[in-house]
Order: sequence, then C-alpha cells, then structure tokens
Amino acid sequence: MTAIDENLRIEDELQEQPPPAPLKIPRFRPKEFKFSDALVFFLTALSAFCIVWILFAQLTLLNGALGFVLLWIPLFLLMYWFVNRQLFTRQVAVDRLIGAIVSLGAGIMMLPLVLLTVFVFQRGLATFSWHALTSTQQGVVYTSKTNNIGGVAHALVGTLEQVAIASILGIPAAILTAVFINEVGGRFTKSVRTVVTAMSGTPAIVAGVFIYSVWVTRFSYSGFAGALALAVILLPTVTRGTEEVLKVVHNDLREASIALAAPEWRTVWSVVLPTARSGLITSMLLGVAVSIGETAPLIMTIFGNQVMNTNPFSQPQMALSLLSYKQIKLPIQSQIDLGYTSALVLFILVFTVFILARLLGGNWKRSSGGRRSVLSFVRWTPGSALEPIENSEKGMSEDDFNSHRD
Amino acid sequence: MTKIDNTVIKNRPEPLKLRSKLSGEDRAFRGLARAAGLGTFVILVLIGLFLLLESIPAFRSQGWHFLTNTGWQLSGKHPKFGVFSALIGTIIIAIIALVVAIPVSIACALFINEYAPQRIMRVIPVKNFLTACVDLMAAVPSIIFGMWGFFVLEPHMTGFEVWMNSYLGMIPFFKNTTGVYTATFLISGTVVGIMCMPIITSLCREVFSLTPPGEREGAMSLGASRARVIRDVVFPFSKGGMIGAIMLGLGRALGEAIAVAIIISLAFPINIHMIQSGGNSIAALIALEWGSGGSLGTSALLAAGLVLFIITLAINMVASRIVNASRAGVGR
Repeated sequence: MTAIDENLRIEDELQEQPPPAPLKIPRFRPKEFKFSDALVFFLTALSAFCIVWILFAQLTLLNGALGFVLLWIPLFLLMYWFVNRQLFTRQVAVDRLIGAIVSLGAGIMMLPLVLLTVFVFQRGLATFSWHALTSTQQGVVYTSKTNNIGGVAHALVGTLEQVAIASILGIPAAILTAVFINEVGGRFTKSVRTVVTAMSGTPAIVAGVFIYSVWVTRFSYSGFAGALALAVILLPTVTRGTEEVLKVVHNDLREASIALAAPEWRTVWSVVLPTARSGLITSMLLGVAVSIGETAPLIMTIFGNQVMNTNPFSQPQMALSLLSYKQIKLPIQSQIDLGYTSALVLFILVFTVFILARLLGGNWKRSSGGRRSVLSFVRWTPGSALEPIENSEKGMSEDDFNSHRD
Repeated sequence: MTKIDNTVIKNRPEPLKLRSKLSGEDRAFRGLARAAGLGTFVILVLIGLFLLLESIPAFRSQGWHFLTNTGWQLSGKHPKFGVFSALIGTIIIAIIALVVAIPVSIACALFINEYAPQRIMRVIPVKNFLTACVDLMAAVPSIIFGMWGFFVLEPHMTGFEVWMNSYLGMIPFFKNTTGVYTATFLISGTVVGIMCMPIITSLCREVFSLTPPGEREGAMSLGASRARVIRDVVFPFSKGGMIGAIMLGLGRALGEAIAVAIIISLAFPINIHMIQSGGNSIAALIALEWGSGGSLGTSALLAAGLVLFIITLAINMVASRIVNASRAGVGR
C-alpha cells in the first residue's frame, strides 16, 4: 500500500458519489397527454357536472337539457383552466383550455350528424317495408285509422332517372370546362373560374326557377326539366372538383407526352385524365351525391305526382326528396310516415354514393400526398396552386418509389 | 465585355424558323373545351336574363316598390306585394346561422388541423374520420336537416327561447310578444347554421393548412405552445381565407330554402323578434308560395328569385376578391 494507491482509492470513492442534481426546469411537451392529464380532464368535467346539477336542481335558471349543457360547458372550461393553472404554468393552462374548446367544437360538429342519422333510421325503419319500397301512392287513401302508407317506388324511379340524366348532361360539360381552365387556358381562364365559383354559390332554388322560366313555361313539368335544374347545380360542383384533381397531375407527364409529339387532345385524353381517374370519379360521385338530395329546384320543375311515371320526358314525376317535403307537412300520421320512409331511402342512397366516392378516390389521395378533404369542390382558394410545389418538394411519392423498385 | 458579347451575338447563326401549327383535331379539341368554358358563362348570363324577362310583369305591377313592399297581395284590382320583409328575414336567418356556425366551424377546423392526433390508440384514424364526417355532413340533403329541425330540434329549443324571453326580453331582438315559440327565426337559423358548418369547416381547414411551415416551426422552436401558434401564426396568415370561407357560408345561408320552409311559418309583416313565431325568407317564400297566385304570383316569385340571385352573386364575387387580395399579401 503506497500513498499513490491510497490517493487512487480516495478518488474512486469521490467518483462514486452522485453528481450534483441537475437544475429542475419544468418541461411541458404540448402534444403529450398522459394518463394523469386525462384523469384531470375527466375529473374536472365530472365536478363541473355535479356543481351544475346542484345549481340546476336548486335554482332552475334554465329548463331542459339544453340549458344544462349551456351552463355545464362554460363552467367546465373555467375549472379546467384553473386546475391546469394550479398544476402547471399559465401557458400550459391556456394551451389545454384552447385544446378543450377546440375539441368541444369538433364534438358539437359531430353531434348533429349522429343525431340526424339516428333520427332518420329510427323514424324511417319503423314504417319501412319491402312493400313501401316497391309500391306507389296510387289509390292509397290516407285516414287516421289505416296503416297503409303507400310506397316510394315512383319517387325512387324519378330520382334515379333525373340524376342519371343530369349526370349525362352535366358531367362531360363539367370535365370539359375543367380541362379548359387547367389544360387549354387562354384569355378567359380567370373569368371562367370566377364564373364557376359564383355559380357554385348560387342557391339551388334559383336554378329551379331558372329552368322553370326557360323550359317549363315553354313545354311542361317533366322529369327532364328537373334533370336540367340538377345539371345546373352539378356543373359547377363537378367542375371545381375536377379542376382540383387535374392540378395535382404531375407536369412531367404532360411534358413527356408533348415531347413524344402527341397532339394536345391526346395528352389530355390518354395521359392527364387516366392519371387523375380515381380523383375524377370522386368529384363526379360527390356531385351526384349532392344533386340526389336537392329538393328546392324540383318543386318548380318536376311538380310531383302520386303514380308511377317512368317517362322523364312527359308528365310530372316524383323524387324522393320532394316526396318527403310534400308528405311531412300533411296532417295524418300515415302520410308523415311515408315522408320518413322516403327520407330514409334518400339518406341511404346519398350515403352509398358518398362511401363509393370515398373508396374509389383512395388511390388518388395517397399518391397526391396525404389524405385531403374530398370536399375539394367547394375550395376556391388559389392557394391550392401550392400543391404541385408540395409534390415536387417531396420528389417521389411512395407509389412512384414502389413502382420504380418493381 | 460588352463588345465581346455584341460580336458573339452578331456572329450567331440565324435561328431556325420553326412553324408550329395546331392540327385540325387539336383545333377542334380546343374549340370544344373553349365552348364548354364559355358555356358556364352563358348559363350564368342566361339565368339573370330569363329571370329578368319572366319577372317583368311583377316589376311592371309594382315598380321599385317590389323591393320595399311588405305584403303579398296578388289578387284584386290593386295587387300589392314585395320582398322587403322576406329580405329582412333572410338577413336575420343568415346572421343567426353564422353566429351558430362560425365558432363551431373554426374550432372544428383547428381541432382537425392542429390538435387531433393522427390516430387514437394506433387504431382510430381521428383526422381522416373527422374529415370524412364533415364531408358527409355536407352531402346530407337539406330536406333531412329540415325534418330533423322540425321534429327534433324545435321541441328542445322552445324552452331555451322562453328563458331568453324572460331574461333578455328587454332587447327587442330577443323578445316574444305573442307567446308562441315555435316556427321561429332562431330555430330555422340554427338549422341553417348547422348546414353551413361543414362548408365553413372544410374551407377553414384548407386555409389553415396553408400556413407556411417555416413560420409555424419557428414559433414552436421559440417555445410557443399550440395555442400561441394558432394565435400568432395560423390566424394572421389565414385571416383573408377565413373571411372568404365565412362569406361563402353566408351565401349558402342566404339561399337555403327547404330547411327554412319546413320550419318557419310564413308571415308577411316585418318580424324582427327572432324568438317569435312567424317569419319570411326569400328562398322559403319561393318554395312555399310556388303554384299559388296565378301568373302574376309566379312572376313575383321569379322576381324574388332574381333578387336572391343578384345578392348571392354579389356576395360570392366579393368573397373571392377578398380572398385573392389577402392571398396576394402572403408571400408564396
């Protein structure tokens, strides 16, 4: 044992001592939401609920569930802010408060959709039957005693025919217009885009009175007149959607096609449109979904009837939406029930088309960088011109990469 | 330097003269596309033109008083009708709708864009699901909204209206003088507001997502919480877009016919008490009065349609202009 060894031993002992504790800086990751945070959230909500319940039972400021919720929510927000203020810092409290408000907004947004769906199915399924789907109102006498509500077949046929004709008239024109705006261009591009925007904001009922003054005054009420009105509504909707889709098509593809000396129409027909196929289908189907549900323009174009009329070109026709509208204002319960049935069929129809649009549009969304709102038809923001830049920044998308690797 | 350049330029061989000419097919294609583009323009002009032509009898009967009259007297020797009360009603409904729709829509858009986790528990794709729901809501027919408002919402709203009358009744807008609380502006305005929500949400979301990522990340790296990022980065950048989205929602609110027609009971005197039964709006007036009043009545309704068309057109034009102007400021 030498002095040196002794020194080393002491040094070792010194090193074994724990290092000085680091400065404690309270850290907060905004996106972190731990179990304890969730607990704080729920307990605050619960205590706010209890306080309001006591207040409500004692004071009865408001009556009904609505009043209860109207008191509960502000109190909860206040308490939530205060609790977070005590537990963490002011910034955390504000961030959590805004987060709570914002998620509340999303919740309120979803609420009507859920309630609507429940309402339609609850009331509609009560009277729904195969008979109601396949028969018409012909010869049905509504009294308060009978359960015979008639059927919606005439309206279903009418809706399908009108929407089909409207699609045949409107969709090709819409795609051509979008091609004009995006591919051909010229002096009028900007003004055409403005006009399409203005048209997409035009109330549906104006389209109805327009077709009335153009067509019905000269000929007569018919399913075709209704289809014309629907086409006027469909046209700007599909045009906007298609335009958005065409914007996303990579410019390289167009240039490659031109470099191969393809004529312009060939480039559009064989390169641009096939590339955007699934997006095109989405925008078309969404336009169709919107036009299926239109009621207002049909009042003054198809007029409505009670018997089956399969010929859309003569005599008034019926549509599901119009049938609902006409029935629910009538006094007898069985008449209102028919309105519910027709609304249920209409809802299912719209929902099916919507889901179809969503499913078929999947590919396009993946290749254009992230899922986007399929409601792109109402986007008029010129900022969407940003998208090609996004794409070029990203270089190859995942799909491109996979196809290259193969 | 310049001398050398000049000589280079002088000695450059004459450029080849390429003659490019569109083929016949291409000219036909361009013509077709151009025709379709101009077709939309033509349709818009035709809407205005035909409505104007057909509403001449109504304007001849009433002159400019069509815009200031309140009654709807179509028969008799001196018919007297006008859209003034309908105009007021339309505006009231639109204001209520926007008051209902704006906070919820902006909150929902912010949630989807800023706060929503990609997936909850690695399974439920919150963002996509919410986006899909908002889109679905935009596709739900207005007749179903109207039915829901009439059969479900109205019974729940009357209690709230009674409360409003008793505590806020000193303000004429929140007063009820008849004691009937159904079929009011408030209920129809709320339903119209719910119908406007998906459009405003979707547009706002689009606008918020265009916030430049550099600024956003800069704020975050300086320690800003998400709330601060929203306040100091997202909102300033998307002010114009938000105004545009709201104005587009306003256009929808002004033009909604069926939901209002189902809920409200048509009354022609001017009614500014929003929780009092009875009201009027242009679109609902057309939907409800269609087919009554003979040829003069039809003409009057078409004239009302013309007024509605002009109003919505003007609002849409202004909206797109505001958005374009605000966009120009944002360096892209």
